[in-house]
Parts: sequence; C-alpha cells; structure tokens
Amino acid sequence: MAQIKVEALDKSFGDFHAVKSASFTVEDGQFLCLLGPSGCGKTTTLRMIAGLELPTAGTIRLDGEDVTMNRASARDIAFVFQLFALYPHMNVRQNIGFPLKCEGMGAAERDRRVVEAARILRISHLLDRSVSGLAGGDRQRVALGRAIVRKPKCFLMDEPLGALDTEMREAMIHELRALHDRLGATTVYVTHDQLEAMAMADRIAVMNNGVVEQVASPRDIYDRPASLFVADFIGSPPMNFLPFRGGLQTGAEAIRLGERDVAIPPAREAMAESELVLGVRPEHVRFTDRGMVRGEVYGTEYLGTTQIVTVTTSYGALKARSPSSRSFRTGETVGLDFRPDTLSIFDKASGRAIRTALHEGAAHG
Amino acid sequence: MTSATSAHSVVEPTATTRRFAGSLVVLYAIITMIPLVWIMLTAFKSPDDAISYPPKVLFKPSLEGFCNLFTTRSRQTPEFIRSLGPPQGMCDEIARSRNMVVAGPSNYVPRFVNSLIIAFGSTVLAVALGTLSAYGFSRFRVPLKDDLLFFILSTRMMPPIAVAIPIYLMYRTIGLSDTRLGMILLYTSVNVSLAVWLLKGFIDEIPREYEEAAMIDGYTRFQAFVKVVLPQATTGIAATAIFCLIFAWNEYAFAVLLTSGNAQTAPPFIPIIIGEGGQDWPAVAAGTTLFLIPIVVFTVLLRKHLLRGITFGAVRK
Repeated sequence: MAQIKVEALDKSFGDFHAVKSASFTVEDGQFLCLLGPSGCGKTTTLRMIAGLELPTAGTIRLDGEDVTMNRASARDIAFVFQLFALYPHMNVRQNIGFPLKCEGMGAAERDRRVVEAARILRISHLLDRSVSGLAGGDRQRVALGRAIVRKPKCFLMDEPLGALDTEMREAMIHELRALHDRLGATTVYVTHDQLEAMAMADRIAVMNNGVVEQVASPRDIYDRPASLFVADFIGSPPMNFLPFRGGLQTGAEAIRLGERDVAIPPAREAMAESELVLGVRPEHVRFTDRGMVRGEVYGTEYLGTTQIVTVTTSYGALKARSPSSRSFRTGETVGLDFRPDTLSIFDKASGRAIRTALHEGAAHG
Repeated sequence: MTSATSAHSVVEPTATTRRFAGSLVVLYAIITMIPLVWIMLTAFKSPDDAISYPPKVLFKPSLEGFCNLFTTRSRQTPEFIRSLGPPQGMCDEIARSRNMVVAGPSNYVPRFVNSLIIAFGSTVLAVALGTLSAYGFSRFRVPLKDDLLFFILSTRMMPPIAVAIPIYLMYRTIGLSDTRLGMILLYTSVNVSLAVWLLKGFIDEIPREYEEAAMIDGYTRFQAFVKVVLPQATTGIAATAIFCLIFAWNEYAFAVLLTSGNAQTAPPFIPIIIGEGGQDWPAVAAGTTLFLIPIVVFTVLLRKHLLRGITFGAVRK
C-alpha cells in the first residue's frame, strides 16, 4: 500500500489543455474520488497516475518515489476499467490469474491466490465460466479480482460502475467500500456521479476544466464548497445563488441584500466592493412570513419525505427543501429566511469562496 | 418468437420476402456454379467428348485428362508399342491405346508447388506486415497518418499491370525475375495495402483497454499486442488472409510476364497445356480442378472466421 502524491500535473493533447496543474495527495489507505463532469480531466489524471498517459509537466510520486515517466507495468498498480476489459478469450480463472502469470508466478501459487481473490469477491462458483456469459455485476467482480489478486500498491478505478444498472450499482457501491475497508488499499476512483463519490470516498477531489477545484472530505465539499463550481455541481438540487453587489470587512457578520441585512458567518477576510454571490443550500432555506426574501411559489417536486419548492423571487428562482407534510399552493406568496451559519459567499469574478467562520471547522489541505 | 408474431413485425422480413430472397440466392449460386461444374465435368471427359458439339452432359468418365496433365507422352509406331512390355500403370495403358507412350512427368507438379510457396509465402508476409502496421496506425499518433493511409490505399487504384513493364525491367536488373522470392515480394506489396486497411478496421474495433490492462498487469506493449490483441484479431486476420491468398493464388498477368522456367506458377501454365492437335481441354480442366482444391480447403478451414469477419463492425452485439 502506498501514498500517492500528484504535484502540478499538466497534460495537453495538442491545443487542448486537459489537466492544468493538478495537485493532491492520497494518503496510504485512503479512498479518493476524482469527481467532475465529463471532459473535466479526471480520467486523464487517473491515466497519468497509472502510466497510460505521460504528463506534459509535473510529477507523480508513489510512496515518495518519482514514477512520473515509469512504464505502467513498473508501477505496481491495478487499474479497473469502466468496460471491465476482461480478456474474452480467457475464462474467469485465467482472467483473474493473468497479472500473476505476467509476473511469472508458478501455477500452484497462482491458483491459490486466484481462489482467495474469488472467495473475497464471492465469485468462486464462476471460476471456470467464460467471461462473455457473465452479468454486468459479476464481470465487474472479475475485473476487481484481477486487480486485488496481485496485492498492488494502489487501485485506480475509472468509473467502474458506470456500465451497471442502478440497482446493481447501489449494491456494488457498498461492496466496493466494504472491500476497501477490508483491504485498506489506497484507491483513486474516478466518477461523474456525486452520489457514488459521497457514499464511498474518504476524500473527494472535484475537477472542472482540468483544474482541481477542491480536495476535501465529502462533508466539507458539501457544506463548505471552495468555489461556485463545486457548490453548483454537488448537491441535488444544487445550491441557490443570490447575486448582489457589496464589500466585506474582516469580521463583518452581515451583508446588505436589497434593503435588508442578512446575517452571515463572520468574514475572515476583507473584500472590496464587487460583484458577490450568496450561496444557500435548499435545506437551509426556511419559510417564514417575516422572511428577508419574498416570492411566489412556482411549483413543487415531491420526493417522499421532503419536497423541493421552487419560489420565484427578485433574485431568480430559488429552491427550498421542506417537509412534505407542508402544503403549498402555486402562486402563493411566501417569505424565505436563510440559516445564517451555513451561508457561503463567493467572489463572482473568480468563483472563489470568501473565507468566513464557516470554513473554520474544515480540514485544511 | 413465433411465426405468427413475426409476420406482424415491422422489422422482421415476412415469410414471402424470406422465400423470395432465398430463391434469389439459390439462383445466383447456381449461375455462378455452372462454369465450375462444367470445368469439373470436362476434367473427366475424353478429349473427343470434351470438344463434341452439342456438348455432352452424359458421357463415359475417363481419367485421361488427369493422365495428360501429369505426364508428357510421345507418339510411337504400333509395332514399337507392341514390342514393349506390359503397360506400367493406368496412364501408360491409356497412352498406348492412343499409340503413345509415357515419356515422363509433366511440369504441373513443380508449377503447383511454386504456386503454393508463392501464394502462402506472400500471404503470410502481407498479413504479418499488415497486422503490425494496422496496429501502429490504429493505436499511435503517427505523423501524417491520414496521408500515409491514403498513399497505401492509392497503390491499389491503378491496375497492377500498369506497372508491369517497370517492374519487369527492375526485376531483370536486380536478378529477381523468374524467382520465387521476387514473386513473393511482388504479391506481398500488392496485398499489403489491402491487409493494412482491412486489419486497421478490425483492430480499431478492439478496445484499447485490453492492452492497457495487460500493460498495467506487467506486459510490455509488444507482449500485450501478441498475447491480447492478436487472439482477438484472429477473425480479421483470417478474413484478410483469405483475401490475400485468393489474389496471390489466382494472379495471372504478373506471373505470365515475370516467370518462365523456375518460378512459374500454375495459372500461366495450365492454359498452355497442349495435346495432340491443339488444346488438351480435359487436361486443362483437370489442372484447374486440382488448382481449386487448396483455396477451397483453406477457405473451409477458416469459414467460421470469414463469415464473422465480413460482418464484423457492421453488426455488433
């Protein structure tokens, strides 16, 4: 097992700058998700760690050793592909044993390891089957078996659940996390699905347009987004944004939104008068007649225990999460209030979150 | 699906359509088979039956054509023939009935062997080179890739015979004319463009993840190519090999121009088998019939791959 350290990694394909100075560290035994929309550079980053692509600049260290230009086979890592990449001309046993065969391991020892890996993944009964007849989930288990059988320094997974149907994916999320807890292997997992990332990861690195926007625990990513992009990408529905113009003094505890003051977590930095954005999660919007923002109910989405209420205001449509027990009439005028300690403020020009007391609970790094 | 539901299906052909299409295919097969059947029948006719008019469909089968194909004969006086001992073998007997004796073996077998060596040699070479370059074009960022591929294809655009005279002169100068090596190189260069294009299509269809997985698991790229890509490309390789072999096996124009004694292949040899009083049609037909066998065997052996190979890419599960 190993620590993975990625420093100022850059990758260009011709004119296309796929990864821009990406830096993050995956501690030994940690499960890191690279999360972002398609084309954000997350898969390219993973492939560079694997050695399937060579970076244009930057370094990759495995346990302190610079492996940036090493061949993939010399890095002692395992890679799980989205489309499984099981060799169709081999059966399950041969597929799982393939990496050991590459190493030149003897048949007896190899078989022992294959059987053990199959037992861990509960596919012992499939060992002599052809891979082409397997269901999606079993194929992915075989692919995982091929990864764990070698006991590599770390696992790299490129959307391994992307090809599975929803039900199977749910089950595999738990299985993967349980497998990780059991093996304690350093894992980098690429996905565009925030639910997968939230459910499995110790830490999430959110990427956009080749830039790592934030690396933090799922909780910090959700509660303390470092940028407008992260706030918008994470959460369903995403964070509400209320643009306003104003400045901030260090220690300021309120901002001026229209004619009213809105309490915020005390600012920890000063901001000259500029275009700012107030960010508020739908679940932190409260309905109150004396609310600071007023608007008309546009519609509701019923989600079981909660509902999402869309309210048209002078700041645009805001979404609020409310218990389903409460009923709303379309067109009804409502007042909205925000929970002050949860609000985020962003600089509109750079998209960066302005430091407030909100961030003080956040893990640094 | 039962026939009742398929009759109502919009996408499934109806029973009538299927029957119509089936009979068209059978009709086409019969039309294309007629010359082939005619040749095979002629191979077993006597020289007189072969040229009789109207053509005989029913006749007394004879192996004279095959005897004439494999032997050379000389005409002798009946007295001389009577003075000889008993005939040695069936062919001698047939020859003596026509006042001839078998003088020795004909050139058919060496020509046939030349054909085998040249056709299979050039096929192996073309497929090997084609597979490697197709893999390179498919997987690597080759500078001017599209131009190079077009250039390779463009060698097929003129009739090969257009370059026959330059090649003849070149071969004479460098000593390759009338050699098997010369013919192998020539057919390889003609076939390699077809092989590159066909195989590139097949290799493009093989997901890169397979090699990448193998490379992560400890193989070098070349090992991954041999152990992972090649087994999956067998379909394409088989289909390509058949096309290359058919071309090299049947090629006539270059063979006529560039070979004579040593390296002559069967196609230029067969039509000039002369018997007494002109073309020996049963011998020509016998030579042609035997000449068909290797390619039929090869195609039958690879037919499973061939069928999948031709539809590969168009229909994917």
